Amino acid sequence: MLAGVGEPSPVPASLTSPPLECQEARCHMPSKAAFFDVDGTLVKTNVVHVYAYYAMNRGSVLGIAGRTLSTALSVPLFGAMDTLDRKTFNEFFYRYYAGLTEDRLVTIAEDMFEDVLQPALFEQSQDLIDQARRSGCKVVLVTGALDFTMRPLARHLGADDLIANKMQFVGGKATGKVIPPIIEGANKANSIRAYCAKEGLTLDKCHGYSDSASDYAMLAVVGRPTAVNPDLRLRSIARAYNWPILDLK
Amino acid sequence: MRPFKTLQKLYDEESQVVITEKGSPPRALFYGEGFLQEDLPVGTRVIFPRPPMAGVPNVKAAIRWAINHPDGMDPLHALLKPGMRLTCVIDDISVPLPPMVTPDVRQSILEVVLELAADSGVDDVHLVIANALHRRMTEAEMKRMVGEKIYDAYYPDRYYNHDAEDPDGIVALERTSHGEEVSVNRRVAESDLIVYVNVNFVPMNGGHKSMGTGVSNYASLRHHHNPKTIRESDSYMEPKASALYRSNERIGRNIDKHLKVFHIETTLNNRMFGAPTDFLAKREEDYTEGDRLKFQAMRYALSKLPRAAARKILNAVPAPYDVTGVFAGATEPAHAKTLETSWKQYVVPVEGQSDIVIFPIPFVSPYSVNSILNPLLVQVMGLGYFFNLNRGVPLVKKGGVLILLHPAYDEFDPEHHPSYIEFFHRLLPETRDSMKLEHKYEKEFAENPSYVHLYRKNNAYHGVHPFYMWYWGENGRQHVGKVIVAGAENNHVPALLGWDRTDTLTEAIEEARGFMGRSATISLLRIAPTVMVDVK
Repeated sequence: MLAGVGEPSPVPASLTSPPLECQEARCHMPSKAAFFDVDGTLVKTNVVHVYAYYAMNRGSVLGIAGRTLSTALSVPLFGAMDTLDRKTFNEFFYRYYAGLTEDRLVTIAEDMFEDVLQPALFEQSQDLIDQARRSGCKVVLVTGALDFTMRPLARHLGADDLIANKMQFVGGKATGKVIPPIIEGANKANSIRAYCAKEGLTLDKCHGYSDSASDYAMLAVVGRPTAVNPDLRLRSIARAYNWPILDLK
Repeated sequence: MRPFKTLQKLYDEESQVVITEKGSPPRALFYGEGFLQEDLPVGTRVIFPRPPMAGVPNVKAAIRWAINHPDGMDPLHALLKPGMRLTCVIDDISVPLPPMVTPDVRQSILEVVLELAADSGVDDVHLVIANALHRRMTEAEMKRMVGEKIYDAYYPDRYYNHDAEDPDGIVALERTSHGEEVSVNRRVAESDLIVYVNVNFVPMNGGHKSMGTGVSNYASLRHHHNPKTIRESDSYMEPKASALYRSNERIGRNIDKHLKVFHIETTLNNRMFGAPTDFLAKREEDYTEGDRLKFQAMRYALSKLPRAAARKILNAVPAPYDVTGVFAGATEPAHAKTLETSWKQYVVPVEGQSDIVIFPIPFVSPYSVNSILNPLLVQVMGLGYFFNLNRGVPLVKKGGVLILLHPAYDEFDPEHHPSYIEFFHRLLPETRDSMKLEHKYEKEFAENPSYVHLYRKNNAYHGVHPFYMWYWGENGRQHVGKVIVAGAENNHVPALLGWDRTDTLTEAIEEARGFMGRSATISLLRIAPTVMVDVK
């Protein structure tokens, strides 16, 4: 099963009945999807911002102080690891969630969306997603973040599905380990391929959007890749392969 | 220096058609961002643009006279009522070429109209640029077009580009008798009065096309911007011979039935070059020593500059066009006068078609202002615009050879033409068949969310636009037997476009003669400035 997809449905109610013009024009079932990376592509934040929010909401003064301090001390390390290898970064980083309870994580996710993610959304993100939907695409978020942190955002943006990492819980508490495969790099491409096979979508007609060269595989696997606010490496790749480049504001 | 008698023998003073003889001077020909100087074979017919007509002595007075004496409508001041909703729809930067010296005639019209509106108690005024699926104009371009005063007063809330992809910004009117969808910008559709501010650069502009195309959307445009309509058009510049015109006419008449549109159309002369380069509009026989020196200096300098720098310099020189006429009122009577004046400036009568026709391709096109004339635009200039600069009979014979002069470089502007890149590199290697391209790929490009986003939020042409460029060349492609691009600097661009290439014009003429026979007749359309032929 795809990470994140088998969870309680993130599909917003409004999307279960397609709009009228969609029903008339084409829509029995979409044959293509638009896969959006989240951090840096649709929102200005990354997983560190999300975790920092959890650290600040540890529940007790000592807990807050301890997690905030350790997070602050680890920032240079996070930065270095993120630059070197996104997979190692994610594995290392999610250990910081160990011990937090599942219900608390889910509850805080709603607040965290309002306080952190929503203000960080690029103004034009919603336009791009709406356009993808009007063109007949299913909208799917593909992110290395944890699923419970991304569900409110997916709901807000009107995404049909979410492919994200899933935290392992034992006895209602997070172990700090992510259920493999970790969604990043090549695994994003694998997940997208598997998703298309499962949903009966034509990979060649699908769109992919990302900001980072670490998502090269995800962009290369779809037929219609687009670089969004790309880093230098991705910008140069996009130029070389004639992929469109969007600068979302 | 040749004696006067010899010169007189070479060409008729009043004629725009010169037959090349042994002593004829070499021709100064546009070649992208540079120039070529070429001797043509004896017998080659060279067709020159007409000299610029005299402009009206006072442009604003001409505008005031026109709006006070319109055709088929009441004077503008009688249509303006306090509290009404007025929208001025303005032609975009695709005309004229190159952009004219300031004040642009659109600024002059708006200054008169807006003052009159203010005096009549009309405060709810919007200025909408009729860019259709063209790129949005930049702020600097918008400011230049209307002047600082109007820009400061109206931009950005009341002076903006039309957005054909705004889901809430388009209103559908009733379909035409042929089932064509008619869509119009919502603000325009909901206005009590629309004033259309037109610049008629070529006879294809203006009339019903202004509203029917300029503030419409893909759903409506696809009814005439398609290979079938283009194949049925013998010339885009002659209404009687254009299925494209007829479709726009049906759509425009529907618009006129539902909306009150007051057109202000203007014609320009063809004074494309200012004092330093005005020799470019002359026949080479008329060049002075100074002109020859200036031409050689310019040709040398441009050939030594990096192409981007040459392009920047050329784009920075505005054209000192004069306004030759202002015509106002209802769509059809006002446009009829515009067409008459336009033809008077541009049309040169010629006797018979030619087997081989040479088109020099300059650095600019309607779709590459402040940008790059990419291979698809070279194609549209040759097979689309220049091929159609006639009144129903093309200059080149059916099955003849077109020779285009251009480096045909593989350069695209990713900011203005992102979808062109994919079209050229992904679709053309698969097929050049317009029908197949339309059927298989047009919708996909038109709806591609990335291209729609770039059109709406940046300055990109709509995703479907490269298809229109390809279709635009369709009647030319169907007509000619071969296209040769002389001076092409690579093999793959001509190959992808389905053309032959040669290093020089001489080689191209040799190849064309090999194809058409040694006695093939040759014509050169010595463009720019603009010239149209009326083939008898």
